[in-house]
Amino acid sequence: MAHGWEMQHDPAVVVIGEDVGANGGVFRATQGLQQRFGAERVQDTPLAEAAIAGIAIGMAAQGLKPIAEIQFMGFLYPALDQIINHMSRLRHRTRGRLTCPIVMRMPHGGGIHAPEHHSESVETLLCHVPGLRVVSPSSPARAYGLLLAAIRDPDPVMFLEPTRLYRASRQEVPDDGRALPLDRAFVLREGADVTIVAWGAMIAETLQASAELADTGVDAEVIDLATLSPIDATTILDSVAKTGRLVIVQEAARNVGVGAEIAAIAAEDGLFDLLAPIRRVTGYDTVMPLHRLEREYIPSVRRIVDAVRGTMADPR
Amino acid sequence: MRTVIEFRVEYLQRLDPDGNAVGELPAFARDPDEVLRMYRAMTLARAFDAKAVNLQRTGQLGTYASCLGHEATHIGIGAAMRAEDVFAPVYREVGTQLWRGVTMREILLYWGGDERGNDFSGPRADFPWCVPIATQTLHAAGAAMAFKIRREPRCAVATIGDGGTSEGAFYEALNVAGARALPVVFAVVNNGWAISVPVAAQTAARTLAQKAIAAGIPGLQVDGNDVFAVREAMSAALERARGGGGPTLVEALTYRLSDHTTADDASRYRSAREVDDARALEPLLRTRRFLEKAGRWNADRERELLAECARTIDAAVADHLAAPRPSTDAMFDHLFANLPERIREQRIAARRHAGTDGH
Repeated sequence: MAHGWEMQHDPAVVVIGEDVGANGGVFRATQGLQQRFGAERVQDTPLAEAAIAGIAIGMAAQGLKPIAEIQFMGFLYPALDQIINHMSRLRHRTRGRLTCPIVMRMPHGGGIHAPEHHSESVETLLCHVPGLRVVSPSSPARAYGLLLAAIRDPDPVMFLEPTRLYRASRQEVPDDGRALPLDRAFVLREGADVTIVAWGAMIAETLQASAELADTGVDAEVIDLATLSPIDATTILDSVAKTGRLVIVQEAARNVGVGAEIAAIAAEDGLFDLLAPIRRVTGYDTVMPLHRLEREYIPSVRRIVDAVRGTMADPR
Repeated sequence: MRTVIEFRVEYLQRLDPDGNAVGELPAFARDPDEVLRMYRAMTLARAFDAKAVNLQRTGQLGTYASCLGHEATHIGIGAAMRAEDVFAPVYREVGTQLWRGVTMREILLYWGGDERGNDFSGPRADFPWCVPIATQTLHAAGAAMAFKIRREPRCAVATIGDGGTSEGAFYEALNVAGARALPVVFAVVNNGWAISVPVAAQTAARTLAQKAIAAGIPGLQVDGNDVFAVREAMSAALERARGGGGPTLVEALTYRLSDHTTADDASRYRSAREVDDARALEPLLRTRRFLEKAGRWNADRERELLAECARTIDAAVADHLAAPRPSTDAMFDHLFANLPERIREQRIAARRHAGTDGH
C-alpha cells in the first residue's frame, strides 16, 4: 500500500526483485503493482541478489528511487558485497555527488514454519555497517508509515519485515501518505516499573508479557525500537531514568546483537539510573533451527515475563 | 574481421513421447531389466512426492518442493553416478536422492522441520539439501578438487535450476571447474520456471547449455523427460570427467508440473493450457509405453507396482509420524565439535524454558 502511494506520487520510485511482478512477491507485498504501474517500474529481476543490489545502486545514482526486494533475508548474502562496499558509502566516497536513496526490503525472522534459511534474524550484520539505516516495523500501520519514510529518505534503508507480521496481523491502515519518523523509537505502553525494549515481531510477545505482568502489579513501559540503526538512545535513556530497570527482547542470537548495543548505551549513559542489572531475552547462539524447534528458539512470553520478574526481584 | 571461435549446442533425445526409440539406444536401455529398474524408481519417486504434498496439505509436513515431472532427470542422473561419487543437490532432487539411498524417512524429517533429515544414512558423503541458490555448484567443484588432488577416480555432480544459472556462484563454479579441469558435472534442471519467472525472462541466452562455452567446457542439452537421454549424457560426461577430461554442463529440459513449493500458487502466473501441454510430455508415460511395446509391462503390473510403492511409502510415513519431536538440545548438538562454555549455559537455559512457547 505504501509502495502504491509513493509510486503514484513520485515517478522516480521503481520496484525490483524476484517474483515481485505477476506474482506480487512471495508474501504478496507488491501485489497488483505491476498491473498498476507497468512492467518497467515494477520489474522481475533474474534470480541474482548481487544483481538486485548492484542494479539498485546504478539506478539510484541516476536519480531513481529503487525499492528492491530480497525474497528472504537468508538470500541477502550475495548482495552484501554491493551493499557494504558500495551502497552504504557511495555518498561518502563521492563527497555527496552520487547517492543511494534505496530501500532494500526483506522478510525477517521465524515463526511461520518456513524452510531452512528462511527464518533467521541477522539484523546485526547490517546494523554494524556505517552508512546504512536499519528499520523493522512491528505492525501493519508501522510498516506503512515507516516504509514511506524509508522510500523518502535520501540514504539506503534496510527494511526488515517480520514474517510473522505478514501472516498474523490484520489491521486497518488508512492510505493517507503519512510517514512515521525514522531514527525514533516509539513508546507503545507507558509504565513506571521497568522498561522493555523490543522490535519487529517480538513486540507482540512483549506486549502480551506486559499485560500479564500488569495483572500481577508490574507496570512495564514497552518501547518499539523501530529504527535499529541508528538507535534512538534518548527515548530509551529517558525511560530508564523513570523506571530504573531495563529488559531487552530480541529474536536474534544473543552474541553481539542489537540488544548488546542497547545495553551498552544504558551502561554508558544511564548507569546511575539503573536499580538492577540489565537483562536480555534473546534467541540462542546457535543456528536458527528448522521449524519443529523454532518456537523453542524464539523468545516466548513466558521467558519475557520471567526475565522481568527477575529484574524486579533484583535487590537494589 | 575473422571468426575466432564458433559454437553449437547439441540436443539429445533417445525416447520420444510415444515411447519410441530415437536413434541407437545405449546398452543400458537395451537391457529391459535395467529399464524396468529405472521405471520403478521413477514411479516410486512420483508416488512418494504425491504423498509428501498430501502430508503438507494436511498439516503433517512443512513447506515442500514437489518434483512432479522431474522424475526422468532425477533418475537419469542417479543411475549415471557411481555410489562413491558425490552429489550436491538443490532442494527438489527427491528422485536422485532416493536412488542414491537417502531414505524416505530422512526426506520427510527434513521437510518436517527436523535437521536429522540431513544426516543421510546412505550416501554419507553427499551434500545436504541446498536452499540458497547456486551455492552448491561450488561445493561440487571443491569436492572434485579434492578427488583430483588425491587422484581418486570419483566425480562430483551438482544440480541447479534454470533460475540458479543467473547467480554469480554458478559462473564461478563453471569457471574454476574449467580452469582446473575438475571431475565435476553440472546438471542444469531447466524446468521452465524459477517460481514465477520463465526462462525467457531470466536470460537472453537461447540455451542454458551454452553458458558452459564461456567457461571453456562442453555443454549440451538433453530431453529431461527422457530418462535414456539424461542417463546417456550424464554417463558420458562422468566418464570423461573420471578420465581426466574435465567438467561438462548437461542441461536437462523438463517442466515443473507442480507449484514451486506447497507455499506457491502457480496459477497466478502461468496458464493451465501450458501445464496441460507439458503434461502430455511427462516422463513416466513414455517410459511405460516403451516397456509395453517391448512386452514387459501391462496394466496388471502397473497396478502391482503402485500398490507396492504405496506400501513402502506408508511404512515410511508411519515411521516418520511416530518420530518424537527433537529436544531443545538438538539446537545445540553439532554446532561445534566442542560446545563453548557460554553456549553450554544457553543449552541448559533452553532446557529450562522448553515447552513454554505455547505451541
